[in-house]
Parts: sequence; structure tokens; C-alpha cells
Amino acid sequence: MIDIFTEYGKAFLYTDGYQFTGVAVTLYLLVITLILGFIFSLFLAIGRLSRNRFISLPIWLFSYVFRGTPFYIQLLVIYTGIYSLGFVRENDYLGWFFSSGYRCAVLALVLNTCAYTTEIFSGAIRSIPNGEVEAARAYGFSGWRLYRRILLPAALRQALPVYSNEVILVLHATSLAFTVTVPDILKVARDVNSATYQAFAAFGSAALLYLGLSIALIVLFRKAEKRWLAHL
Amino acid sequence: MLKGYGGLILDGTLTTISLALLSVVIAIVIGLAVAGIKLFGPAFGRVLADVYTTFIRGVPDLVLMLLIFFGLQSLLNQVTAFFNIEIITIDPFVAGVATLGFIYGAYFAETFRGAFMMVPKGQLESGLAFGLSPGQVFRLILFPQMMRHALPGIGNNWQITLKATALVSIIGLSDLVRAAQVAGKATYDFFTFSLLAAAIYLVLTTLSNILLSYLERRYTAGVRQTAL
Repeated sequence: MIDIFTEYGKAFLYTDGYQFTGVAVTLYLLVITLILGFIFSLFLAIGRLSRNRFISLPIWLFSYVFRGTPFYIQLLVIYTGIYSLGFVRENDYLGWFFSSGYRCAVLALVLNTCAYTTEIFSGAIRSIPNGEVEAARAYGFSGWRLYRRILLPAALRQALPVYSNEVILVLHATSLAFTVTVPDILKVARDVNSATYQAFAAFGSAALLYLGLSIALIVLFRKAEKRWLAHL
Repeated sequence: MLKGYGGLILDGTLTTISLALLSVVIAIVIGLAVAGIKLFGPAFGRVLADVYTTFIRGVPDLVLMLLIFFGLQSLLNQVTAFFNIEIITIDPFVAGVATLGFIYGAYFAETFRGAFMMVPKGQLESGLAFGLSPGQVFRLILFPQMMRHALPGIGNNWQITLKATALVSIIGLSDLVRAAQVAGKATYDFFTFSLLAAAIYLVLTTLSNILLSYLERRYTAGVRQTAL
């Protein structure tokens, strides 16, 4: 076990000498997915609550399909499925985009987390007491300003505990990125396993790293809840 | 149909369904036992149960699957080599069921713990005061009422377990995902076959949604709903 740490510790943490690997890659996937997912989900959540059926129904369908299928299959469809289509490979931009495991993994992760986060956010917006909206309207708030000043601050606060769960699940989902050649923690563990045949030590180290990251995220969200939910 | 790969896909689908059902049964048994230990067990058992649920929920299911499948196999190999007996290979299906059951047992444990706590304590105390044994209190008072609160969580966990079965192809099981990949490789049509696999999963989750909402209506019969 100790020889694995001395020989592969660096690869597990940030680099194997040629490229970024391990924790650095996992965190990169996590952060970029969360930023993009958060922004898109805000708009999707607002659209999901729209009275216009042509806006709300497609968003519902998107979220239903992505929540009803396994993430691994979504990743396979995007990485192996779409790239196997002739017109995608012949098109310069599409071919460039779908040829990279990194880009496909991020796209799949963002789509997947958007589906869940949209539901979380729209549920939180819907749970705001109608009186608050009426009071805001009476003060002259409407449209975008109503959302920015009244609805979203309250809804995002309320969504925080559920959102923290989703963030942990995104961290767990990034472990599938190794199936599309992204050198994350699990990819390093697999390489260590095939190099040393010490399966238990290799995957055990990966498990401990993920556990550490999960606990760090939980602590961060506890702090955030204390700050933003202090009045509750 | 499907360029001759319909049978393979069907076999894979059946494997996936039986895998999911068996794993959920194991996970429910583990979950009930662990929830019981967490609430009523000795202090030592409680600590152990907490370590189990925290560890499992903090580590990705795929990592745990690889750890248990390959890690256990290599430990087993060391044991068999030490005692000089023949190598025992773990069957992928058994390993898949056991691993999924072990992982999602932790999620079920939390669901059941929350549901047990929803049953007022006074009811258990009065049950004991009427001379029922602790076992009878559990069977006649706690369990039937707990189920109503646990049902949404059980449904949720079932969906998660069902979707997690997609990972077992990585440890070498010929499930739906593997069948779709084999068919895709042979026909150079990854797109259709992976979409087909996704569609089959979507049908399975939709069917279980329908069944679950029916069950929920049954178990909440006689409970007044507050209309908002």
C-alpha cells in the first residue's frame, strides 16, 4: 500500500508527468459542470414554470428523459453514439467537439445535472408563499426584477440543502468520465491496478480520495447553510 | 428485427431487470437491519452502522463496485494461494447483486431510519405497556405505519438502483448496456443501439413510476390530505 502512495501519489493528486490527472481532473470536471449547470438550470427552472406550454413542456420532457435514464448510457450516447454518425464526423465543428472525451464528459455531466437541478430550483420557486409575490407586485416589482430581487434569493436559499446533495451526486457521476478516456481519479486507480495487480489498494485509495472530497463538500455546504440560512 | 440483435437486447434487458430486483431485495433487508441497529442497537453497533452509511454515501457507486469486485477477488486469491487451494472466481452476476445490494442498503437504511422516527414514540411505549413483546411491537405497530412514510423514499431508491445497474457492464456482466454495445460494435450503429438502451431504461423507470404512485395511493388510504 505504501509503495503505491510513493510511486503513484502524484498521479492520484494532480499529474502523471505528461498531463493533469487524478484529483485535479475530477475537481476540474466538478467545478465546470457545477458552474454551467447552475446558470442553465436557473433559466430552465424559470422556463419550467412558464404558463406558455411551448416553453414549459419541452423543458419538462428534457428533465424527465435525463432523470429517467442512467448517466452511463447518456455518456455512451454522446461519446460513442453521436461520434459514430457520419455527418458529425464530417462536420468540422461537430467532429472537433465530439472527438474529445473531456468535452463529451462535460456535456453529458452538464445535461444530466441540469435535469435534476432544474427540478430542484423550480420546486423551490414554486414553494415561495404567494403572499410574498403579491406583496412584491404591490410594490411595483414585475418580470425580471421580481425574479432577481424577490423570488430567486428566497428560492435559492431554500434549495441549498437539496442542492448540496446534488453536488455530491455530480462528484460521484464524474467517476464515470474514465470510461471516455478522461484521466480522473478512477482512471489512475485502474492504471495502478493493471500495473501492480494490487486491486484493493488501488481502488481503496480512490475510494478514500472521493470520500475526502465528499466530506470537504459537505463541510463547505454546512458553512454556506449557516451563512445564508441563519435566519431560519 | 434490429439487424438480428433483438434477442440479445431482450436477454440483456431481462438480466438488468432481475439484477435490479434482486439487488433491491437485498438492499431492503440490509437497510432494515442497519436502520434497526442505528435506532435500537448497542453503541458499538451504532458507530459501525454510521461508518457504513457515511462511507457508502461518500464514495461513488462505481468506485465501490470496482473496489468490491476486483478488490475482493484479489484478496480471495491471496487467501486461496496461502492455503494452497484452487482459485475461486467470483461470479459476475452474484458479485453485481451483492455489490449493488450492499451499496444501496446504506441508502435504504437512511430512508427507513427517517420513516421509523416518524412513528410517535408514545405508540411504541403503549404497545409495550399493553404487554406486547418488542418483536410484536415492531411487527404490529411500528412496521405498518413506517411503510407509509418510507414509500416515497423506497421508490426513489428503487429508481436509483435500477439506473445504477447500467454500471455492471463495466465489471463484465452481459446486461442491457453490454448488449447494446456489442450490437453497436457489430453493426457500426452505436447511435441507434445506445438510444435504444436509453429508451428501454426510460420505459422501465416510467413503469415503476406508475406502479409506485398506485402503491402510494393504497398505503395512504385513510390519511387525510391537507389541501393547499
